[in-house]
Amino acid sequence: MSGLLLHLRQNYGAVLAITIFVILFAVYLVLHPRGPTVYVMTTAGNTGAALAFVAMGQTLPVLTGGLDLSIGSILALCNALASEVVNGSPERVALGVVLVLLTGLACGLINGIVVVYGRIQPIIATLASGAVYTGLALLIRPIPGGEIDEALSEAMTYETFGVVPTSLLLIVAVVVLIWVPFKNSVLGRGVYAAGSSEVAAYMSGVQVDRSKLAAYALAGLFAAIGGLFLGFQTFSGDALIGVPYTLNSIAAVVIGGTSLYGGIGGVIGSIFGAYILRTINGVMFFAGAPPLAQPLFEGIILLGAVALAAMRVVRIRNRLEVMD
Amino acid sequence: MAGIAKHYGGVHALQDVDFACRRHSIHAVLGENGAGKSTLIKIAAGVVRPDSGAMRLAGEEVRFATPPEAMRKGIVCVFQELSLVPDLSVADNIFITQPPGKWGFIDRRRQRRRAEALLARVGCEDIDPLERARNLPLSRRQLVELATALARDPKVLILDEATSALTARDVDAVFRILRELRDEGLAILYISHRMTEIEAIADTCSVFRNGRHIETFPQADRSRDEIVHMMIGREISQVYPPKPKEPTNGTPSLEIENLTWQDRLRDISLTAAPGEIVGLGGLDGQGQRELLLALFGALRGVRGTVRIGGRRARIASPAQAKAPRNGIAMIPEDRKTEGLMLPMSVRENLTIAGLSKMMRHVVIDGRREGARVDELVERLNIRIGNVRDAVASLSGGNQQKVVIAKWLVTEARILLLMDPTRGIDVGTKQELYGLMRQLADEGATILFYTSDYDELVGMCDRVFILYQGAVQHVFAGDEISERNIVRASLNLALNEAQEDAAG
Repeated sequence: MSGLLLHLRQNYGAVLAITIFVILFAVYLVLHPRGPTVYVMTTAGNTGAALAFVAMGQTLPVLTGGLDLSIGSILALCNALASEVVNGSPERVALGVVLVLLTGLACGLINGIVVVYGRIQPIIATLASGAVYTGLALLIRPIPGGEIDEALSEAMTYETFGVVPTSLLLIVAVVVLIWVPFKNSVLGRGVYAAGSSEVAAYMSGVQVDRSKLAAYALAGLFAAIGGLFLGFQTFSGDALIGVPYTLNSIAAVVIGGTSLYGGIGGVIGSIFGAYILRTINGVMFFAGAPPLAQPLFEGIILLGAVALAAMRVVRIRNRLEVMD
Repeated sequence: MAGIAKHYGGVHALQDVDFACRRHSIHAVLGENGAGKSTLIKIAAGVVRPDSGAMRLAGEEVRFATPPEAMRKGIVCVFQELSLVPDLSVADNIFITQPPGKWGFIDRRRQRRRAEALLARVGCEDIDPLERARNLPLSRRQLVELATALARDPKVLILDEATSALTARDVDAVFRILRELRDEGLAILYISHRMTEIEAIADTCSVFRNGRHIETFPQADRSRDEIVHMMIGREISQVYPPKPKEPTNGTPSLEIENLTWQDRLRDISLTAAPGEIVGLGGLDGQGQRELLLALFGALRGVRGTVRIGGRRARIASPAQAKAPRNGIAMIPEDRKTEGLMLPMSVRENLTIAGLSKMMRHVVIDGRREGARVDELVERLNIRIGNVRDAVASLSGGNQQKVVIAKWLVTEARILLLMDPTRGIDVGTKQELYGLMRQLADEGATILFYTSDYDELVGMCDRVFILYQGAVQHVFAGDEISERNIVRASLNLALNEAQEDAAG
């Protein structure tokens, strides 16, 4: 079997997500009154970017066999914080961005510490920590508002060289600069190993604890980038903006072909999973579906997509059992 | 049972076995590890189905697809591995399959009263039926298992090493109950490695060897030595690489002093030199696994000292054990859960333990990783389609090669092997034997636990026999014979053979 075919087969989930996305997006462009213009592409890119970042973050805990229910709250906390600190002189703006990213990283790290050393199930640990982060966000920004540097926001949400949506470049940059090196590090390999078989990983001398800590910490960082990007879109902060992001990120991860059992998948699929979810909204809107029926259709399409992605998981499960 | 056969893959677990046991009888089944005793019981209990042959119960032909079917016909097993549900109460456990009550609702009061009666019968009046099973000590749990079996109203009662955790006083109590049951007309199959127990309780014995039923005889008719002989004599023999002529006398690379862990390891002292293959023998479950796990840092609360290369080593986790200063590698027993990450690729599995040797700054050097993987695949002759295939797609033997190859990357100096040839075909076994000897010749120290005595004789330079967590005997050179190993494993005096012969 040629290398490419093998690669496609092993990344079946991601390939499926990309295929679904291409079809959906083609439909979207046909329905859109303005068609495939730079403006439409930029809008589409911006609409899905925040969810894409959060989904990338969610992928990591899921790969270890865990879950992060606080990820939407981290996004909101970072968004609220950004509306306080990412403004003023260019130096202050830069410092503010760094501060926001560090905050996300710290929140993620705390999740990791609670899960790894507290030995608490990830669902409960992050449900609780998520409430804490929401509380902090409300303290910082009780009502939506604040200010985020306009020049930076516009640079990030328009196009680069007049044609390429900057949001997409940002996603590519995060993948290339953070995800790819991480995946190829000992820590990253350990994330997959922990999700595949924690016992085998431990018995191989893998530092499972460190890998899990890194997974949750990076999830926080990705959520912070998402929160920052939301700020760029609205020029302001909102402490309660994160609620829908948690569950949507899990949906995006599953649609993107990452197994909820851990060990299989990656962030590329999750990015397309996020854009699939956003494109469904767009298609519904331009297809003229009545606004009240939108959640209904959205849910049905989501179920279908998840079922399609899950078929692969079920098949692999059965194969293992047959081999016993 | 007539003409029963069962094989797993290419391994014949049972071949053409005819076996019968009668009512009013306590029938002991003897044999080495892997002689086919367990398979025989599993077939009788409906856990596995025979490939051929027929079973009759009280003259009527029966065929069990599932354990509940066998149970309804009155065949009840008490297994060595405890099967109580830890978080249910004792009473719930006893009546787990057929609780008293109506229309699917459990009559808790009646259940409790009947549980009390059954517990009294097995000599556990002191246990509160509402206590959770997990809170009982091991020996009490085993007695509760017996009560559970009695609750199912057995006609044939099978006990598989069911006394292994009991104290002498409890064993006496169990024997009293078994005799009562026999007098009531039950057929009792009793599997045990403890020769003294068998002499005390059994009236009939059957010996199994290599999946065949060798002989059935009244218990008093054969001497211990004859029985041991029957258990050993084997037709086929493996081909082993030659042992080095000169015993290696280098400075020991591994010294263990008074290693103790809970009540499973007791004051174990052992030394091993580079180039030496040290066997750990004895019956299953005498602490061999725990010893290897303790050395690999996988157990907590281990007392005693371990020196590696003369320097005292602190090993609190597998990650520390594999660090270059200790250089320990472990081939675990259950390769599917402890040895391999099944969904990950062959390549990732091969390099997971030795990634630190193929880094470029903080990132894994893909080219070096690939080259190392190709080298290992060739050296161990691992048969695979593509190194990026999931390791789950390989055969058992090739999976085991991956587990071993993984540790060659770390250049470990001390190898702990836990039953590495279990469930592997003969050809691959011989490749592994060759590899082990080759690694030893290159200066590795190998600790080798196997449940196959033949392997101990064929592979090891010295053999430590463990019995109930302590070193029972050490054999070296010509003393390593299957007869000696079996006798020491059963905790029989080694010179008793002559006495038997003389008497």
